[in-house]
Amino acid sequence: MLKDITIGQYFPGDSIIHRLDPRIKLIIVFLFIGSLFFINNFIPYAFILAFILLIIKISGVPLSFIVKGLKPLVFIILITFSINIFLTAGEVILTIGPLTVTKEGLYFAFFMGIRLVFLITGTSLLTLTTSPIALTDGIEDLLKPFKKIGLPSHELAMMMTIALRFIPTLLEETDKIMKAQMARGADFESGNLLRRAKNLVPLLVPLFINAFRRAEELATAMEARCYRGGDDRTSLNELRMDRKDIVILFGSLVFFGLIISSRFVMDGI
Amino acid sequence: MIMKISDLKYIYNPNTPFEKKALDNINVEIDRGEFIGLIGHTGSGKSTLVQHLNRLMKPTSGTILIDGIDINEKETDLKSIRQKVGLVFQYPEHQLFEETIYKDIAFGPKNLDLSEEEIEERVRDSMELVGLDYDTLKDRSPFELSGGQKRRVAIAGVVAMKPDILILDEPTAGLDPRGRDEILGEIQDLYKKNDITIILVSHSMEDIARLVDRILVMHKGKISMDDTTVEVFKRVDELKNMGLGVPQITEFMRAFHKKGNKVKETVLTVEEGRDEILKYLRSKSDA
Repeated sequence: MLKDITIGQYFPGDSIIHRLDPRIKLIIVFLFIGSLFFINNFIPYAFILAFILLIIKISGVPLSFIVKGLKPLVFIILITFSINIFLTAGEVILTIGPLTVTKEGLYFAFFMGIRLVFLITGTSLLTLTTSPIALTDGIEDLLKPFKKIGLPSHELAMMMTIALRFIPTLLEETDKIMKAQMARGADFESGNLLRRAKNLVPLLVPLFINAFRRAEELATAMEARCYRGGDDRTSLNELRMDRKDIVILFGSLVFFGLIISSRFVMDGI
Repeated sequence: MIMKISDLKYIYNPNTPFEKKALDNINVEIDRGEFIGLIGHTGSGKSTLVQHLNRLMKPTSGTILIDGIDINEKETDLKSIRQKVGLVFQYPEHQLFEETIYKDIAFGPKNLDLSEEEIEERVRDSMELVGLDYDTLKDRSPFELSGGQKRRVAIAGVVAMKPDILILDEPTAGLDPRGRDEILGEIQDLYKKNDITIILVSHSMEDIARLVDRILVMHKGKISMDDTTVEVFKRVDELKNMGLGVPQITEFMRAFHKKGNKVKETVLTVEEGRDEILKYLRSKSDA
């Protein structure tokens, strides 16, 4: 059950997308998210879809992987979809009991549904093609200018690296403790909500104890190797942009600029 | 026959780049009352195999019969499988969670819906079996104990379910020599005093040689040897090729024998080796 979680997972590869500077990728993803909210009709969506499919194709990440990543979020998408479809005022086209479906509602529901799917695929493409280390290096570098106003960018990035690094470890550990308690007859899968919550105690108590133990061990190990935080710290792999990165960044700027301007050029349907 | 495993296969992450065949056509039969050692290099599939034996994992294909019942059938009652096959994981002390030792050990029996009296009796018995004093320890917190003691509590928690088959995954990992000897002694006691089948998973050839009658050797997801302890430890070179070995005393006696000394080649424990050498020295001085 736990192995189905693919959020934040990295899919190793050596495509041009994988090798792209993480800072560029982060900027593109922010542009992507931002422009999604500017879109107000279906035509730019077609371009976004083409853009996503192109990236998937180049990156070599199997489509099934992306679809699998969407699965845990189907619930949220469905809720948004039904809220939009039933609660938007406008021209009524169908009535089911107390619920009415309007033309505008139908349009809106599809519109928002697609936006959500794009948001999730776009951001998961970032984590699928960027190793956690590269990602945090990129974030640290992008946050550096904010250091002047007191933002501890290195510490934030380090915390993120550690958190990302321990996701698989904690998942594995959860799985192990769950199995150990199931071997003693524990039941995590049936009963009502209250009962289920109570049944989680044998899982959560050892999990927290082990997490604290691990954190302490890690802190000691880091101190033993003279870790002193941000200032004057050099890194093994310096981030360096080459011409390819610049070209891609420029191309994306133009692409997303056009997408955003479509809102002001074209009128909604 | 208490357990019959036929054509068991398990594939991790099928149809992804991470696909891995963890179990490959496993066929094993185990009789009631056997004491079996399961050895193999890290990643050979030992842990995957034992997790199949009480349905914590479901096979990709193949069947496991326990007392003639297919444990992966939908109708099979999960609790009765977990009761029949007790599994003690590696570092079991990491799973303790209750406020008192009593409550922690009672967790398993409680899940079996036993009566309060029955639970109390089982907790008392299993604490005694693993060498913990019931009256002084039952109300203490398990987190105050030493590593070895914590592990005993965790083992007692499984023993209290009175399994027919007890599987222990590396029960002595990370313990000091004394803690190791004590835990092994308690396992041996448990085996002698009860009508129980034990499967001991271990990296320590010494532990295995001392306790078990039959050894299963796993290599790359397959059972590559299945024989009595003496026979398996005769195949030193094959074992070494798999990254395993034989007990030091076995290796020493073999080398000693090769040098032309007339001692038995297949010795499994230090005590046996000592007797054998003394016998040999006496026969030499008599001549």
